[in-house]
Amino acid sequence: MKSQTIRRWSFIHTWTSLICTVFLLLLALTGLPLIFHHEIDHLLGNAPELKAMPADTPRLDLQQLVAAAEAHRPGDVMQYYGSDDDDPNAVFAIMGATAGGDPNESHTFMLDARTGEAFETPSANGGFMMVMLRLHVDMYAGLPGKLFLAFMGFLFVLAIVSGVVLYAPFMRRLDFSTVRPNKSRRVRWLDLHNLIGVVTLTWALVVGVTGVISACADLLISAWRAESMAALIAPYKDAPPLLQRAPATHVLEIAERAVPGSEADFIAFPSTRFSSEHHYTVFMKGSTHLTSHLLTPVLIDAKDLSVTAVVERPWYMDAMSLSQPLHFGDYGGMPMKVLWGLLDVLTIIVLGSGVYLWWVRRRAAAPAKLPKGEVAH
Amino acid sequence: MKRSTFWKVFAHPTWIAALTAAGLFAALLGDGWWDSLAWVGMAIPAVLGARGLMVRRNV
Repeated sequence: MKSQTIRRWSFIHTWTSLICTVFLLLLALTGLPLIFHHEIDHLLGNAPELKAMPADTPRLDLQQLVAAAEAHRPGDVMQYYGSDDDDPNAVFAIMGATAGGDPNESHTFMLDARTGEAFETPSANGGFMMVMLRLHVDMYAGLPGKLFLAFMGFLFVLAIVSGVVLYAPFMRRLDFSTVRPNKSRRVRWLDLHNLIGVVTLTWALVVGVTGVISACADLLISAWRAESMAALIAPYKDAPPLLQRAPATHVLEIAERAVPGSEADFIAFPSTRFSSEHHYTVFMKGSTHLTSHLLTPVLIDAKDLSVTAVVERPWYMDAMSLSQPLHFGDYGGMPMKVLWGLLDVLTIIVLGSGVYLWWVRRRAAAPAKLPKGEVAH
Repeated sequence: MKRSTFWKVFAHPTWIAALTAAGLFAALLGDGWWDSLAWVGMAIPAVLGARGLMVRRNV
């Protein structure tokens, strides 16, 4: 590589990383507890323990559970309802003052599907883990915050790519994974920056790219609403406002019949962001391991419970759905979470050593000041 | 860059990148063995990185 080419890539690497480093450190540090949010919630006592009851205790039907949720929070309306991944007898409900209100104002809680008893889940509505989540997702700045972090993620990806290009001239005369501890502190950290950076490359790229996709989720959902949903709900344009919903009792079975071989994941109630003003929208997940991450929405008329449409899933919604596990690291058991945490810590070390190397070089490149007393007369 | 130099520098990183990618993808496909593949794929960069940090001054 010509020295001028190296200098150009070095410029790209330095500035893309320097600009995003502070925010990436924030993301990496807040992301660390978020990897283990499930375990932390249990430790903090925020995961409700349902009563032990005989295994064949019948469950309430869906409309009874909706009524139980509404009784728990009078004045609020149902936004979302879904099953809990941990406990087959638990379901979660998300309610808010209005169906289409700000998701950050919503209230999440759980219900015992056998008794309708409500359990508060404080960490889903506030507290330490929520602070970590908000700092990680939007820094309390809403959509602009998300898009800003998406841009920082994009710079991070550029920093990784330019880092790989620069790896070559640095490593030409060294064996892989050389660390020279005896030369100077700068050389040791340069070697570590190169080694850790290059081995964590794939993981950092995957987490970076899926993070950018997730940060753009609001835009993707808007695009999906405009592209796939709008035409399907056009016939309802002049329909009178929905005053009385048909009971939700059989909504899940109706959706399961509409998409054979799938299972309901959650229901978006009428007027929420994931539904229309006239529909229950049931999001169905596939039955294989891979397709269980992909959700197919079924629009069910909330007045007469007829199936309006099975909504097509554009590629970008699939990309968004698959980005979630690949960003969270929650799809391979506890060992994966621990490794996810280790790789996160290694990434923090790469970021920190990068700033250190820049600082040392900058000082070295600055014109040397003459020591006091030797100033020329 | 000459071909030989390119592979001398990038042979190890390419293998590691491919194994990590295979691991990340494997756990999306199933549980059990698929998860174990993911753990191996991700343990490689974690161990290599940690081993680098262990190298200390030996004077």
